[in-house]
Amino acid sequence: MASKNCTRVLFITVSLLLILVFSVSAQSQQKVIKIGAVYPLTGNIASTGLDCKRGVDLAVDIINGKYDLDLPLAKSAGLPNLGGAKIEIVYADTKGDAKNGMSEAERLITSEKVVAMIGAYQSAVTKTASQMTERLKIPYVCSDSSSPTLTERGFRYFFRVSPHDDIFARDQFQFLKDLEKKTGQAVHNVAVLYENTEFGSNAGKAYRKYAAEFGYKVVADITYPASATDVTSEVGKLIVSKPDVLMHASYITDAILFTRTFKEMGFQPKGIMTMAGYIEPGYLAAVKADGNYIIVRSTFALDLAKKKPLVAKVNELFRKKYGIDMSENAARSFMAPFVLAEAINRAKSTAPEAIVKALQDTNIPGNQTIYPWEGIKFDPQSHQNIYARGTLVQILNQEYVTIWPFDSASKQVVWPFPAWEGRK
Amino acid sequence: MPDQLLQQLADGLLIGLMYSLIAIGLTLIWGVMNIVNFAHGEFLMLGMFTSFWLFTLYGIDPIFSIPICFVSMFIMGMLIYRFIVSKVMKGPILAQLVVTFGVSIFISNLAVYFWTPDFRLLPSTILHGTWQIGGIALSIPKVAASVGSVIASGCMFFFLQRTRTGKAILATEMDREAALLMGINTERINSLSFGIGTALVGVAGAFLSTYYYVYPQVGGLFGTIAFCVVALGGFGSIEGAFIAGILVGLAQTLGGFFFDPSYKYAIVFMIYLITIWIKPQGLMGW
Repeated sequence: MASKNCTRVLFITVSLLLILVFSVSAQSQQKVIKIGAVYPLTGNIASTGLDCKRGVDLAVDIINGKYDLDLPLAKSAGLPNLGGAKIEIVYADTKGDAKNGMSEAERLITSEKVVAMIGAYQSAVTKTASQMTERLKIPYVCSDSSSPTLTERGFRYFFRVSPHDDIFARDQFQFLKDLEKKTGQAVHNVAVLYENTEFGSNAGKAYRKYAAEFGYKVVADITYPASATDVTSEVGKLIVSKPDVLMHASYITDAILFTRTFKEMGFQPKGIMTMAGYIEPGYLAAVKADGNYIIVRSTFALDLAKKKPLVAKVNELFRKKYGIDMSENAARSFMAPFVLAEAINRAKSTAPEAIVKALQDTNIPGNQTIYPWEGIKFDPQSHQNIYARGTLVQILNQEYVTIWPFDSASKQVVWPFPAWEGRK
Repeated sequence: MPDQLLQQLADGLLIGLMYSLIAIGLTLIWGVMNIVNFAHGEFLMLGMFTSFWLFTLYGIDPIFSIPICFVSMFIMGMLIYRFIVSKVMKGPILAQLVVTFGVSIFISNLAVYFWTPDFRLLPSTILHGTWQIGGIALSIPKVAASVGSVIASGCMFFFLQRTRTGKAILATEMDREAALLMGINTERINSLSFGIGTALVGVAGAFLSTYYYVYPQVGGLFGTIAFCVVALGGFGSIEGAFIAGILVGLAQTLGGFFFDPSYKYAIVFMIYLITIWIKPQGLMGW
């Protein structure tokens, strides 16, 4: 008898607790919408992760507050269709490791109850994290990973705002063709150099593909581990192969190391065209003037402000919050929260299926972004933003200056690459 | 092509001597105390930061901050031994294994907290530029670091073989119980060895900072290689670590040059595996 009573009491207590828990979470869901973000906040590329986080945090400030900016949801506080609900980002540290990307994504979804996911900068990590979100049926909007394969998997819940390396690689060869047409300086062969994880090896693949398509000979095809202590052998191979142009896909530590070694060993092609590592804020801070004249692919540069006043206004806010200028990383990561918030607002719901449906209908005009694009609209199959374009910037006087496409260039490209000797 | 071969040989030797210098401190601690110092890479990072800040804040060139690095890291090593490591020396094996691991995580996160995870390169110091000899380019800071490595290893060798304290260290390394019975204060030897080991890696850090970028996680990269060097050379053997460092450096550059650079570390570890297969105690181990 006593045990029966006991069971009954237990049952009632548990049910009451459950009701309490559910009512609380239902209430809080109206006020705060939790979005998970996975970034490398410690480890080898922690500086990059923190930079991405700055962009995301500023975006959330703008969404949750009232700002006179032509960005989605800037003018209203929170999401008007959900009673002014605020966005809250729950960060998780991947330490730059794909395993952690997956487990942290799972933790964010199952224990933190996030309704959507953003991140993770490194393509290899985004790949595993988005496998988890796909399995758990949670939408993932990525605006900072560039491996082409991410949007080739036919995932239902994964969307990418930014251009991928296939587009970037094509741009770099298009630039060489345009340059030849404009100045008559011909390039015949290229060397491709890339780090050996998801990002680098796919960038390398894209480089090879477009070299063949545009008719350039690949005289060296070199892959290396990004966490190297010394890259003499790589540069030695490059020097022996005597390329006209080097195309290099790297992260930041290897970009710094290579720049030093290029200079030390006097590697002197006509042009050095790169991806990713060379545009990190830490890169120029470390190599200073040795970074000059290197060309990097980009989606953003501060000189875009000349044609797009919104860029200057956003950078002003960024400066006020962090005391530094907005970098390309911060600018890329900046957009994902807007795209998600705008979709959730239209969906009037935080149910994953409703968000995915809204994302499929996303159509943000170009003037509501800080990039030189026509807008944001996802391909119905791949979910890649069909308007995403790259630009090329060159480091001139230790600043990133847009040099291609030639019609949106703010300065003329310096070509060929000036000799290392005789520079200050 | 022949130029590049010489270039790779030279660079392999230079980076190898750097590895030797980093590994000597580790092998000493390992040999004397039989503990794995996982914080070795972090001590290297602290040495690099010491040299970096001395230059940035007070304008002291790394070449002059080497003695400061040696002394300050020596004191720090002794303190860490006294207050942390010695406490677990009598504890279970697992505790000994984990303690330095904890120290390493603590130090690297503290460094991120104080100095941010940014990358820092020293601007032109006294040692900068390259020498062009024939067709090959030799980085002056790397050459200086290699000379420093040879001198430091030589001093270490002399100290261990010729001085009373050095012999006491060697005796402890060979047989702790017997050394204790002979009246050697092994506790003192322990803390001294930990101090010297840490000081040596501090010196390596000062040299390394003249050409490699400094950031809180830099220890991880070099730490792993140092472990490989120590194991290849034989646990506790100074000469072994010296030779193994050079071998690893050469294997890395030549392997990367002739085969695929993405396998250069695989080649290094393959040499290690082959060596311990033939001689499990390492090249010079006993």
